[in-house]
Amino acid sequence: MSIEAVHLEEDHGHHHKETFVTKYIFSQDHKMISKQYLITGLFMGIIGIAMSLLFRLQLSWPEQPFGIFEVLLGKWAPDGVMDPNVYLALVTIHGTIMVFFVLTAGLSGTFSNLLIPLQIGARDMASGLLNMISFWLFFLSSVIMVMSLFVEAGPAAAGWTIYPPLSALPQAQPGSGTGMTLWLVSMAIFIASSLLGSLNYIVTVINLRTKGMSMTRLPLTIWAFFVTAIIGVVSFPVLLSAALLLIMDRSFGTSFFLSDIFIQGEVLHYQGGSPVLYEHLFWFLGHPEVYIVLLPALGITSEIIATNARKPIFGYRAMIASILAIAFLSTIVWGHHMFISGMNPFLGSVFTFTTLLIAIPSAVKAFNYITTLWKGNLQLNPAMLFSIGLVSTFISGGLTGIILGDSTLDINVHDTYFVVAHFHLVMGISALYGLFAGVYHWFPKMFRRMMNKNLGYVHFWVTAVCAYGVFFPMHFIGMAGLPRRYYTNTAFPYFDDLADINVLITVFALVAGAAQIVFLYNFIHSMFYGKETVQNPWRSNTLEWTAPIEHFHGNWEGEIPHVHRWAYDYSKPGYKEDFIPQHIPLKKGEEELQH
Amino acid sequence: MNVVLIFSVLILIAIAIWQVTKIFELSQVKKASTQVANDNDNDWNGKLMFAFLIFIYGITIFSFWSYGDVLLPKAASEHGYDYDNLMWITFAIIFFVQTVTQALLHYFSYKYRGEKNKKALFYSDNEKLEMIWTIIPVFVLAGLILYGLYTWTDIMNIEENDEALVVELYAQQFNWKARYSGDDGVLGDANVRFLEDFEGKNLVGIDATDPNGFDDIVVQELHLPVGREAIFKMRSQDVLHSAYMPFFRAQMNCVPGMITEFAFTPNITTEQMRLDPDIVSKVKKINKIRAKKSKELLASGDVALDPYEFDFLLLCNKICGASHYNMQMKIIVESPEDYDKWISEQQTFAEVIQ
Repeated sequence: MSIEAVHLEEDHGHHHKETFVTKYIFSQDHKMISKQYLITGLFMGIIGIAMSLLFRLQLSWPEQPFGIFEVLLGKWAPDGVMDPNVYLALVTIHGTIMVFFVLTAGLSGTFSNLLIPLQIGARDMASGLLNMISFWLFFLSSVIMVMSLFVEAGPAAAGWTIYPPLSALPQAQPGSGTGMTLWLVSMAIFIASSLLGSLNYIVTVINLRTKGMSMTRLPLTIWAFFVTAIIGVVSFPVLLSAALLLIMDRSFGTSFFLSDIFIQGEVLHYQGGSPVLYEHLFWFLGHPEVYIVLLPALGITSEIIATNARKPIFGYRAMIASILAIAFLSTIVWGHHMFISGMNPFLGSVFTFTTLLIAIPSAVKAFNYITTLWKGNLQLNPAMLFSIGLVSTFISGGLTGIILGDSTLDINVHDTYFVVAHFHLVMGISALYGLFAGVYHWFPKMFRRMMNKNLGYVHFWVTAVCAYGVFFPMHFIGMAGLPRRYYTNTAFPYFDDLADINVLITVFALVAGAAQIVFLYNFIHSMFYGKETVQNPWRSNTLEWTAPIEHFHGNWEGEIPHVHRWAYDYSKPGYKEDFIPQHIPLKKGEEELQH
Repeated sequence: MNVVLIFSVLILIAIAIWQVTKIFELSQVKKASTQVANDNDNDWNGKLMFAFLIFIYGITIFSFWSYGDVLLPKAASEHGYDYDNLMWITFAIIFFVQTVTQALLHYFSYKYRGEKNKKALFYSDNEKLEMIWTIIPVFVLAGLILYGLYTWTDIMNIEENDEALVVELYAQQFNWKARYSGDDGVLGDANVRFLEDFEGKNLVGIDATDPNGFDDIVVQELHLPVGREAIFKMRSQDVLHSAYMPFFRAQMNCVPGMITEFAFTPNITTEQMRLDPDIVSKVKKINKIRAKKSKELLASGDVALDPYEFDFLLLCNKICGASHYNMQMKIIVESPEDYDKWISEQQTFAEVIQ
């Protein structure tokens, strides 16, 4: 560790002359890059959430023309009646944007960048240049994805999983033309960005920890970001290869995923490929992706719950072990998305086994969070509320995973709204709560001002009620057998009695959408007019709060603080204050606890 | 016009929020104006946490009360009973864990809401406790996994036998066809290359050089004799589709270029199902909704909706394009005699191409 320390000392105090461009645009400072990620992610989030409201309106009142459709969708909604292809496009782009652009880049990109150097005690990422390139590739991929919304035949519409042949053949649906090409290009660039980012995170965590910051003294946020980056490096390249092979099939006539196809009155030349191969490749990333989204949110929650409960996180080592166990298992469970894909049923049994095992480390995490709250002195800041909310939705959503992970039970609920309800709660809402919790908690660190707490409370409570209001009843219509991705359910009179549930869900969704306006207002307003922060507003132990409020490239004036204890010495007996930051040396005879 | 309206509403909302914030700020001038939660905030948010627990329970009870009748329709296949059993056992376990953990989480959030002069308990580890909540899930899950795998093997283990009825389900954008194997019990070879033969009369691409194919029967409505195992061979001619038959607890993807399989034994006929009290009340409820809607439609000069009658359905459950939402086929389960009569009235492939 001393070598790194020396290397860092050399860096210290370097104040480059910064121009507007190097400071705000092509910045190599991790703090600026994290803000760039956050703002791009939020912008994409607005698009993604707005789309979901549009297709909820269509689902609930399928015969009703809406003026807003005509305004926003133009010729795709003549007289305010949405075209079925556009419905599928909205569903597809909503999924893509939320999973990749908001909850992967927006969440991981923002907080890994902000917190890794600050919490491990480094002046910046291992490579500022790579970091900058990573952001700009992400930005480019976002621009291309948004551009794809404006092509003549509409954006990709084959579902966010873009299974071929639907996604491979422009004859199959209009969205599989230029829109799909742009989707694939955008994702290929996105993956490049994600890989550069992840490599940087891994190297930084391994090499640039300050003196005394051993792996078992790392805050759980860093553990989560570190392991997330490793999962990303392992699984994202596989999606890249799937995307490249699909591009080959689409544009160069190869047959990796296609075989024996007759469409629009003609036999196509493809022979010998298999869509099931694509499904394997896609879900080899697709499932770990769930944890790429979720683990950072859990890391953030661990940190915020401990800080605000004024208690050590319960079972620190068990938490690390469960992160590692989840990460390992996440790479060998992808087949549970394919129980009824036509793959060998024996393989289904294996994947059922590995999948249900994930429930064990997840249960450990949930119980550890609950025990952390027990006998705490809970400071119910908005960040804390969102963290508790996360634990709640993580449990509610995670439990139904036991049904879906069981190959037998999956037969009848596969691809129904039951699945939609499950994954939205466990990864969508939970990860969004993690994002919000992180923003409320580290806003002072990012923007030197505080967000308004009362607006934060309004935001949380309305969102929390609506999130359950949307997704709880959704389990019921799924169990009733209603398939997802239907433009309207009116083609089946059998589902007529589910219509009023759908209306209820949409009403909750609209209110939830409105609550996000409160957040956006609070975010933008506080950025300029918020209360100025003190150095350590939440009285937290981690190193980022020892850095000065003022930002400059290099993070600390003078020497980087050395670390003498783990991050969770809250309310330790023998101290007057209820927190002891990591850089405070142990007292004589004081025992270091780090369980 | 709409754009202006929407924007003005958004602006008004923004102004309203801004005003509310200002009021909050003004009312707090005398207190230390930090944005960190104080005792008052902890108190009311802690209480709301408890209220939220009641809300979660409330919405659970409300959903079961109002929508409980739509959950998992009555099973109409032999393995359906095992499926439902496993489902309800899993459901009961989940439900129990959900009720307890949510209670603990929200009760603790309420009970231990912060106060200025309190200090939290320094309590960072308890190996015994952690052991308990690792071991208990291990055993519960081991039970569920074993039971699940046992049922799974039972359902998915398809053995060809002379008794079984072999039916091909053929998917295309955006309809279903079924092919019966005819007297010889063997489906003739088929491939999409043959679809263009016989001026489009070869609906599922049967290979005319394979003698097994001549007695095959292609239909647009699936008939199944009750009590006889049906083995489905699934094909698709264009994109992925999924043959979803919720009443029979059956689903399998149809994949271009390969043949997938699923099998079940229907054990209730359509007629019997229509007399089932649950189905009767459901149909009644649906027809009430449809009658109400019809009235509105008639008032606006449209055509009224047909009253609904129960039928088993095959739905497409894999996104397949614009009309995915309307890709369906009726399934009729009937007595073996009725089935024999029906199938004898259908044209064989040989007759169709003559």
